Amino acid sequence: MSTHVSHAHKKKNILWDYLTTVDHKKIAILYLFAGTLFLLIGGIEAILMRLQLMVPENDLFVGTTFNQLLTMHGTTMIFFAAMPLVFALMNAAIPLQIGARDVAFPFLNSLGFWLFFFGATLTNISWFTSGGAPEIGWTAYAPLALPEYTGTGSDYYVLGLQLSGAGTLIGGINFLVTIINMRAPGMTFMRMPLFTWTSFVISALILFAFPPLTVGLFLMMFDRLFGANFFDVTMGGNVIIWEHLFWIFGHPEVYILILPAFGVFSEVIPTFSKKRLFGYHSMVFATTLIAFLSFMVWVHHMFTVGLGPVANSIFAVATTAIAVPTGIKVFNWLFTMWGGRIQFTTANMWALGFIPSFVMGGVTGVMLALPPADFQFHDSYFVVAHFHYVILGGVVFGLFAGLYYWWPKMFGTLLNEKLGKLHFWLMFIGFHMAFLPQHWLGLMGMPRRVYTYLEGQQLDTWNYVSTIGALIMGVATIVFAINIVMTFVKGEKAPADPWDGRTLEWSIPSPPPEYNFKQTPLVKGIDAFWIEKMQGNKEMTPAEPLGDIHMPSPSILPFIMSLGFFIASFGFIYHVLPVIIIGMGIGLGSMLARSLKDDLGYHIHTDELQEKGV
Amino acid sequence: MKKGNLWRLLFLVSTLALVLTGCGDPELSALDPKGTGADMQLDLIMLSLYIMLGVMAVVIVIFTYVLIRYRQRPGDNHIPKQVEGNTKLEIIWTVIPIILLIILAVPTVYQTFVLAEDAAETTEDPVEIKVTAHQYWWEVEYPEYEIVTAQDIYIPAGERVHIELTSVDVIHSFWVPALGGKMDANPGLVNEMWLEAKQPGTYKGKCAELCGASHAKMDFKVVALERDQFEKWVADMKEPAPEPTTVSAQEGKQLFENNCMACHATDAGQKSLGPNLNGIADRKTIAGFMDNDKENLEKWITDPAARDVKPGSSGPKGMPAFHDKLTEEEISKVAEYLQTLTIE
Ligand code: HEC
Ligand SMILES: [Cu+2]
Ligand SMILES: [Cu+2]
Repeated sequence: MSTHVSHAHKKKNILWDYLTTVDHKKIAILYLFAGTLFLLIGGIEAILMRLQLMVPENDLFVGTTFNQLLTMHGTTMIFFAAMPLVFALMNAAIPLQIGARDVAFPFLNSLGFWLFFFGATLTNISWFTSGGAPEIGWTAYAPLALPEYTGTGSDYYVLGLQLSGAGTLIGGINFLVTIINMRAPGMTFMRMPLFTWTSFVISALILFAFPPLTVGLFLMMFDRLFGANFFDVTMGGNVIIWEHLFWIFGHPEVYILILPAFGVFSEVIPTFSKKRLFGYHSMVFATTLIAFLSFMVWVHHMFTVGLGPVANSIFAVATTAIAVPTGIKVFNWLFTMWGGRIQFTTANMWALGFIPSFVMGGVTGVMLALPPADFQFHDSYFVVAHFHYVILGGVVFGLFAGLYYWWPKMFGTLLNEKLGKLHFWLMFIGFHMAFLPQHWLGLMGMPRRVYTYLEGQQLDTWNYVSTIGALIMGVATIVFAINIVMTFVKGEKAPADPWDGRTLEWSIPSPPPEYNFKQTPLVKGIDAFWIEKMQGNKEMTPAEPLGDIHMPSPSILPFIMSLGFFIASFGFIYHVLPVIIIGMGIGLGSMLARSLKDDLGYHIHTDELQEKGV
Repeated sequence: MKKGNLWRLLFLVSTLALVLTGCGDPELSALDPKGTGADMQLDLIMLSLYIMLGVMAVVIVIFTYVLIRYRQRPGDNHIPKQVEGNTKLEIIWTVIPIILLIILAVPTVYQTFVLAEDAAETTEDPVEIKVTAHQYWWEVEYPEYEIVTAQDIYIPAGERVHIELTSVDVIHSFWVPALGGKMDANPGLVNEMWLEAKQPGTYKGKCAELCGASHAKMDFKVVALERDQFEKWVADMKEPAPEPTTVSAQEGKQLFENNCMACHATDAGQKSLGPNLNGIADRKTIAGFMDNDKENLEKWITDPAARDVKPGSSGPKGMPAFHDKLTEEEISKVAEYLQTLTIE
């Protein structure tokens, strides 16, 4: 009896622990699980669409249903899967890589997660409502997204993104401050690991790119909920404004996703080549250059809008320019491996598979940047092929590389390498099979976002092949799931430094103690831990004497605050004033509570630290 | 890994082979251009493709070499030399791409301006066509000839025609891959473009911007005729249709006047809420995508928004279903009447 009670007690504790945690390592796990959940949902949506498109004039999901699938697939994958998974890796690795005990604002970190989570949940709940899921594409172009044409699904889109976008913005600001302020002694900017660098740059991108989206969503929200006319042409509105706002955000967004993946590869490839990153300085330079340029190219999504040849030419040239820093990166990776000793671990397989896949996505990107050619490519399956090559072949491969690489640090266990490689190969083959044919499907005249195509247009064979590829990716995902479950059940315990790593995170136990570093390490150069190892040291040289460690206290407020805004959203969607008042009351009330209550945190004392060893 | 590379290479070669053979539906594919615009576009696509394949080849060769040459061998535990970088190499792979991009930029900018030219640049007194997108059909107007029609756009071959695009509801995109790219049809705004078919023929067009439930079925045709044939078409369009001869078709006409006239004009110059049905019997398709026969006409009139027809198309501005307003027999009569609306 008593064991039963204590068991239940413990279980409740874990749930409470995660609801209230402000520890970046646990928030990383939250992001990882939420992101994976939405990745699975988005993946199922993708497979359902591919089943519909497997044969011409299929009758599985037609019209609105298909449009809902394509909208939710895109929205989920970009905002609710890729974004949080990027944040999962950032949370897991960055404080450790810079030798910090946590992020700058642990409370905000938790708030960022819960806002994202409730936003994502809100949008996904639309499936179960009478109005159904949004059916407007992840780009939600006006006027299709206005109430005249679509129902409450579009409201779920607008409010869900608004909530989760606020979360992302908060997360971005938090990482900016963390990286600027919390680096260990000796960790100058030009000694930061490249993953930290790219995360730093994308945090800045988030800071500048999400506000335009927020503005766009506000205009849309006012049009939808309160009858404003920003996008209503009959009332003097303009539909192109939305496209501009969306893509001023949307283009940097793809770099927000891909740059951290580049960062992962810049960690994984050197580690498993046993060589330092080739051209570190030019890598940093290329990253920042890409980030600057990414704000000057959005019109390449709008060449067919009719902005005229002058605008089109300028944006075309600016866009192709991005190929230069990107090329620099690819060659730096290749030459990192050159002369190295390449180990084919699963993490590295993803990195290696990424190189040819991403280069293909990159070159089609340059082709798309040429307006005359884009007049054919635009809104055709060629575009679908292109962005899946960069997002799947780039971002997702990067996330998997990062996950297999940092999993031992996050969980203290090793993922099974055999299953990992099977996962990789199935994914790699399925991916190319699904998306390579889509390049010529587009040129053969297949527009994107169509729920069907007629027989006799020679589109049948390659659509069939593409669907088989998607199904293989589905099988790959099942292998991945088996791997995760098996690792949780009886995973091999991971040592502190399973990969002979180069950066600070490998100098502390797996998983690290809640305070990460007992003593803040002293950083002597790039690849700080590798330097120590080469000098025959097993540990980092400490930068401070052993002392009490100050920790932030856990809080349920971020959860409650986000829940309040989540509740209020339903009030806005269905125009129920009491629900709005209750929801906003909870949200604003917890903000007030947070502001009035002093939270001094707590200390872990020296003797406790000694007791725990480490 | 070696196998994987071979496999990738095979895939690459097959891609190239595919693109080079220019496959696809000859009325549809951008890889088999039938218009001057599409020709230019394909040229640029091929130029960029060759440059990009060159870049890819370099990457793949280095990649394959590195993986084979520097893979970890059993028992090898040496620590490689930690190389910081190499300025010379880094300059090379910065400068060469810049040169390649400049090579690409020149024809790109040139063509961007050519495609944005007025049709009158090369064609004297080009045919003016106003194309208006509706959820889910295309209205076509020839102001100088006072002709209004739908779905099928007749043009003279061998000359540029001037197209003005707009939309009455959401954003659509006008795409004729075999003739020359696409342009958006935006509500409240007018876009201009030119099209030129090199030879007579029928070319398939599609809506390329997600515009609602039946976006996938918003097809149209561009029919290019020799100049004299085109002029004959114009003249024929303006002739009133012959009176129906059979009794059932005459009854059909009556039913049509009672049920359909509110939305469908049948004389050449008149705009209406729905497509002008003058010459419907000669259209390439019904509603842009179904074979033009009596059975499909009946199917359309019975329930245009059926799952296998154009789902979601019976909205406030769409065509209502008639299965509860007319009997099967009556629908058949209407269809019979519509089949007499020919211009030949
Ligand atoms: C409320 C207006 C309305 C009424 C009434 C109406 N239609 Fe339509 N009709 C439309 C619209 C709008 C379309 C275009 C729909 C589409 O393609 O998405 C259309 C399309 C058609 C087409 C296909 C035209 C083409 O270009 O291929 C035919 C044929 C047609 N209608 C026949 C009829 C007949 C017969 C009746 C009467 C029994 C009728 N319509 C009544 C609005 C109407
Ligand atoms: Cu872009
Ligand atoms: Cu359309």
